[in-house]
Amino acid sequence: MGYHADVIIIGGGIIGNSTAYYLAQKGCSVIVLEKSDDIGNGGSSRNGGGVRQSGRDKRELPLAMYGVKHLWPTLSEELGMDVEYYQQGNLRLGKTEAHIKTLAGLTERAVSLGLDVKMIDQAEAKAINPYLSAEVLAASWCPTDGHANPMLATLAYYRKARELGVRFITGEEVAEIKKIKGKARQVVTTEDVYEGDTIILAAGYDSRDIAATVGIDVPMTGALLEVLVTEAQPPMFYQMLGTAAADFYGHQSSHGSFVFGGTSGLEAVNKDNGTPVTNSITASCICRGIMNYFPCLGEAKIVRTWAGWIDVCVDHVPVISPIEEVPGLILACAFSGHGFGIAPTVGTLLAQMAVGEAPVLDVSDFRYDRFKAKL
Amino acid sequence: MGKIKDRLTSMGEFVPQPDDDMIICRCEEISKGEIRQAIHDGMFTLTEIRRFLRAGMGLCQGQTCTRLVKGMIARELGISPLEVESTAARAPMRPIKMIVLGNEGKES
Ligand SMILES: Cc1cc2nc3c(=O)[nH]c(=O)nc-3n(C[C@H](O)[C@H](O)[C@H](O)COP(=O)(O)OP(=O)(O)OC[C@H]3O[C@@H](n4cnc5c(N)ncnc54)[C@H](O)[C@@H]3O)c2cc1C
Repeated sequence: MGYHADVIIIGGGIIGNSTAYYLAQKGCSVIVLEKSDDIGNGGSSRNGGGVRQSGRDKRELPLAMYGVKHLWPTLSEELGMDVEYYQQGNLRLGKTEAHIKTLAGLTERAVSLGLDVKMIDQAEAKAINPYLSAEVLAASWCPTDGHANPMLATLAYYRKARELGVRFITGEEVAEIKKIKGKARQVVTTEDVYEGDTIILAAGYDSRDIAATVGIDVPMTGALLEVLVTEAQPPMFYQMLGTAAADFYGHQSSHGSFVFGGTSGLEAVNKDNGTPVTNSITASCICRGIMNYFPCLGEAKIVRTWAGWIDVCVDHVPVISPIEEVPGLILACAFSGHGFGIAPTVGTLLAQMAVGEAPVLDVSDFRYDRFKAKL
Repeated sequence: MGKIKDRLTSMGEFVPQPDDDMIICRCEEISKGEIRQAIHDGMFTLTEIRRFLRAGMGLCQGQTCTRLVKGMIARELGISPLEVESTAARAPMRPIKMIVLGNEGKES
């Protein structure tokens, strides 16, 4: 087996897979090393599918807007399979005066950054989504937001990259990155050693331990989120949903099932034995949240629930950055629970960085050494 | 015969079979041919096939087709079915209405 490639990518999530695809398109040889037996078994297959610009930090917003404008609309065609992308807007719902204030603040900020988003009243919200309960008083509305199927998008990048000759190795846990003559060169797994001219570290929260082997740290924590899925319902609506209270978010999929995410609020202290397990009280809590806004879904049956980890950066914005002290190493982690929607953009940028092209967007806000003490 | 880690491992050309139209996952109506094609597209595990095709993700949650799909993966890849990992079981055990789950067993 060829253990050398132009680029070695650590992590077969949607960030690693999309980067592999864009690199293969540029003619690079690529090896992707994935710890799990399954491709995309991390957050990438477990997320809520939101492809949103509204609510994003001003540093991250250009990445989200670039993807929505240039990449998502043609992604299914490009990758040769339907990734179920819907661009039917995002409704962020409010039930109280305090919620409305929160939403208005978010909206004002987004508008000042050039995003098409506005506040709408109860009647306007009802006109967009007739299933809303009378408790919903107002909403913010971003018509260009949407959602896609995370499992299909993650596997579509994998499938196409593999077709282009990218070598994916699963069940291959990276333990260490090694420098040779001052440059990142070797990727040591529990079974083998791989060599690359460039190494891209995109292993989610686990990137922290791997980066530590070359003396680099990213200030992030792991957090758990849960998702539940209903049996198929007749087609009702295809907007992405969120709330000012953050009590749930989600959408209806092509298949008809609703996919909703949320938390119980106790995640930070629950026991988990190091695996992303669902907690018995969380799905119930999410259901109560949903039914406050959509009482008509009360009879819908939940068929499945799951949990996933997110890699939360201390400033809630990712690290997408070459490492000066370790030439040849590029870090892509700390996506803070919103790395799915921007994955096509991030893959494009990482591929450009890896081959030495100027990235199409400015990435200086995502540097690894931006973190400073508060005083 | 061991677990396959290298996803470029060759399994030869995809050759259509006369019974490719046969439905394997009845809940989601996925045929044998679709599953075989998915394996050739690089979906080497039960979990990946579920996520890619929805086979085993319907109302019965794979109680009927999982064993069949396992056998198909093993056959296409030339490995033993014992090398094909099972999928994670997900709560709830039976579909349950939101209004019931949200009530957490309290009297309504
Ligand atoms: C429940 C939930 C809901 C979410 N909702 C949204 C949403 O609506 N919109 C949105 O934009 N984002 C959302 N996200 C966030 C999004 O899923 C992630 O930001 C995104 O998937 C990150 O992709 P990734 O490739 O960096 O990470 P991952 O998918 O976690 O991939 C990292 C990979 O690295 C592998 N790995 C780890 N350690 C090693 C090692 N030592 N060696 C080799 N491989 C290793 C892992 O197995 C994993 O496959 C959500 C996340 C969760 C969990």
